[in-house]
Amino acid sequence: MAKRVGIEVSLAISEAVKLAQVDAVAAYPITPQTHIVEHLSELVAEGELDAAFIPVESEHSAMSVCAGTSAAGARTYTATSSQGLALMNEILFIIPALRLPIVMTIANRALSGPISIWNDHSDIMSVRDTGWIAIFAENGQEAFDLTLQSFKIAEDHRVLLPISVNIDGFTLSHVIEPHEFLDQEEVNRFLPEYKPAVQLNPDDPVSMGAVGVPEIYAEAKKCQDEVLKGSITVIKEVFAEFAEMFGREYKVVETYQAEGAETLLLTMGSVGETAMEAIDQLRAAGRKVGLVRLRLWRPFPAADLRAAVRGIKTLAVIDRAVSFGGTGGPVAGEVRSALYSVKDAPYVASFITGLGGRDITVDDFIGMANQAEAMAKANEIHEYKMIGVRE
Amino acid sequence: MENLNVYAAKMAPQQEFLAGGHRACQGCAELLAVRLVAKTLGHDYIIANATGCLEIVTSSFPHSAWKVPWIHVAFENAAAVASGVEAAVKVLQRKGKYPVDRKITILAQAGDGGTVDIGLQALSGALERGHDMIYICYDNEAYMNTGVQRSSSTPYGATTTTSPSGKVDPLGQHTMKKNIVEIAAAHNVPYVATASPSYPFDLMAKVKKAAETPGPAYIHCFVPCPTGWRMAPNLAVSIGRIAVESKVFPLYEIVDGEYRMTVTHKNHRPVSDYLQPQGRFRHLNEDHIAEIQQQVDKSYERLLKKVKMSSIELD
Repeated sequence: MAKRVGIEVSLAISEAVKLAQVDAVAAYPITPQTHIVEHLSELVAEGELDAAFIPVESEHSAMSVCAGTSAAGARTYTATSSQGLALMNEILFIIPALRLPIVMTIANRALSGPISIWNDHSDIMSVRDTGWIAIFAENGQEAFDLTLQSFKIAEDHRVLLPISVNIDGFTLSHVIEPHEFLDQEEVNRFLPEYKPAVQLNPDDPVSMGAVGVPEIYAEAKKCQDEVLKGSITVIKEVFAEFAEMFGREYKVVETYQAEGAETLLLTMGSVGETAMEAIDQLRAAGRKVGLVRLRLWRPFPAADLRAAVRGIKTLAVIDRAVSFGGTGGPVAGEVRSALYSVKDAPYVASFITGLGGRDITVDDFIGMANQAEAMAKANEIHEYKMIGVRE
Repeated sequence: MENLNVYAAKMAPQQEFLAGGHRACQGCAELLAVRLVAKTLGHDYIIANATGCLEIVTSSFPHSAWKVPWIHVAFENAAAVASGVEAAVKVLQRKGKYPVDRKITILAQAGDGGTVDIGLQALSGALERGHDMIYICYDNEAYMNTGVQRSSSTPYGATTTTSPSGKVDPLGQHTMKKNIVEIAAAHNVPYVATASPSYPFDLMAKVKKAAETPGPAYIHCFVPCPTGWRMAPNLAVSIGRIAVESKVFPLYEIVDGEYRMTVTHKNHRPVSDYLQPQGRFRHLNEDHIAEIQQQVDKSYERLLKKVKMSSIELD
């Protein structure tokens, strides 16, 4: 039976990884990911999780070891943040090409420099095009549920791609929240044992990671993109199955108070909950404002997003990373692209805020809603506006 | 026992696990060494291969020269990938979830660049963590795959495309070859050895020993590269022998910290015999050669001292 547990979100994620009965964890410590892997190593040491825990000498090796464990057929998990993710970068590209279904938690943290241990989304944005499925959790329960669902999505033979589950560093990783845990029997019913499609085995030898000559490279990349795009079907199936079994429903694009809204804010990650508070206040004042929460970042759920914003006048996209020298926040850029050819598409305002752990308050969201509506009215041509910055 | 090699040749496994038809250059001693390693390890092993000559000449899709499971991920991480494979096979066998329950040998292999330069950290991590695996560095003393650039394994005085012998600076490589064998041994791993395909039975015996040793084993294999060393392809095997006969590349092993020479010669040849056939040393003058002779003598003496120390029994 499900039980309610008050526990730090990092530990809840570790418990989900334990319930997934992973075979291998390779990790290198980096703030604010540490509590997750500390707890996993403890679970292994205490005999509660029968897995290889490989304490590597860098994140580059963490992801390389994961490549080895996954290729040998082990259900594989790791976690990182910021600079650690940046150091993994080279290997991140190779994992989906090898079709290795590794699950990784990213406790999102700002990238250096200046060095900052605090939360924003610059780390995940820097690996946008590595070919991983990228999902965002908004609270501890979501982090727990999505971790379990990620193994099922990644390991589906129609997918066989790695997944990152993104949680905001500190604001999510280090808070204690109530979680509704699943027990082992329930998880086993939902998540079958991992059956690799191909694995390193002397009785059935394969060569993995061969040279891609010009005659084959483009086809390989096209296949990879098709598989990643196609994974949205499996993601929705798994979300539906989870909802059916445990009653908690997830969608690739979620909305809040969007019914009849003329203006929508769009967020990713834990700030969605602060934004909801702002929406409640605006609605109470009679304003037609709602919220879109992007749960799935890659593959980008363009069709679901178009459906969610149909008929509205203004869309205020809140980014937590800078695309230096670019035409707006990285999420806003994607959103503008997805809506460009849509007839009567809403005006898209791009706001960048909450960098390097700077709080985004309820008043900030109300201010952005107001500003976006004014900009839309004036049809203001802009790239992005940075909110809460001293100039 | 003088005729041991005659019998050894007959006792060597006939089966090949590296197929012919790969794309290595003529006279490539690396592929010769790899073939011998593959024969020795037989059927039950898994390879994690670094990017480099060996990877590109054996795996050009849709072809593969490998009859054993083989994975290539990147340049600097063969040791890390092999660690993962080792850890996974071990845990999956323990949980009864791996399709084979026999002992599987895990082999990481890389060139000198992928080992002594860019792969040093991953190698050190894997050795320190104590994975039950063999790491073989095939050392051809430069980045041959990218066009003969110097590595930290390139010997003093060799001209390469990034340590060229020029008018103002005629020497070529200014630095001494990094002693990766000592670095590996400093991790207190149970087995470390040097090897050469010019001494095939010595090489095979070491690979066998490495496979049978629980824990990490490091083998540094000297593989002449006719293309990069600017010499005739038919000289690859003989130059490898001369390297040993001239003390340039001594063959020895370090078992649990104890040094032992595995091939010895009574009358050593001068280093000039080794340098002369190779175009990469052609620019060296007599003073340079004398200096190299001194360096070689000195490091050989140092090695012999370690061997001598190892044979002293302490009460």
